[in-house]
Amino acid sequence: MIVAAGWYMALAAALFLIGSLGMLLRRNALVMFMCIELMLNAVNLTLISAGRALNDLNGQVAVFFILVVAAAEVVVGLAIIVAIFRRRETASVDELSELRG
Amino acid sequence: MAELVLFILMGAAALAGAVTVVVARNPVYSAMGLMGTLFSVAILYVLQLAHLVAAVQVIVYAGAVLTLFLFVIMLIGVDTTEDWDEQLPYQRAFVGGLAGLIVLFAAALTLFGNFDWVPAASTVIPNATNGTIQAIAEPLFTDWVLAFEATALLLTIAAAGAIALAHYKRRLT
Repeated sequence: MIVAAGWYMALAAALFLIGSLGMLLRRNALVMFMCIELMLNAVNLTLISAGRALNDLNGQVAVFFILVVAAAEVVVGLAIIVAIFRRRETASVDELSELRG
Repeated sequence: MAELVLFILMGAAALAGAVTVVVARNPVYSAMGLMGTLFSVAILYVLQLAHLVAAVQVIVYAGAVLTLFLFVIMLIGVDTTEDWDEQLPYQRAFVGGLAGLIVLFAAALTLFGNFDWVPAASTVIPNATNGTIQAIAEPLFTDWVLAFEATALLLTIAAAGAIALAHYKRRLT
């Protein structure tokens, strides 16, 4: 029995919702970063299921590129968090509201 | 039948992991929840015959990205004293309304789920696209070769940027 693509998309919507809620509610920069990863995964799941439903491999290729961009983003983002922590001794975004070092 | 059972199990595991990421006070638990979600989503990829993407998901995400997260948690220490004092007057209510709208959207999608907004989905045979390495490589190295090269440039820039950020403070003082 094949699960319809819409069910995968509903699951992806729920994952995206949880990720965006975490992004908006948490103050720890690391946890916010993990929520971004959650949202990216939800989008990837959508692309894969749409690709299968439409019988098109380009969905999987797009997911491939998103994975690479996410990896690059994690590298730079975590480097920024570590750099901020070395100057400010905190990873809470509430303490970093004046946008300067 | 097997796909349905696995979908329900892995979907529940993915949702539980995602909730753990948001709710856990300790960032290490958040990372573990994220790992659960990533593995479950990888299994969902396998269910949809995206074999290569599933393997890459496990290797890159669960392997590299999560290790990086855990290293950074180790570097900056576990900070569980997140203060929950209110500094935003009305934004949280707005976010709550927005979340309710998205929940309604997902519920409508599930309830009235003939899913016609995936155009032409009913006319093709599913399961014909098998995401093997060979099948992925063909469009990747023909149609999308320019994007592939741009990705290489992006990764180089990211590595250089990370190194520059690591040396930032030493140059200032």
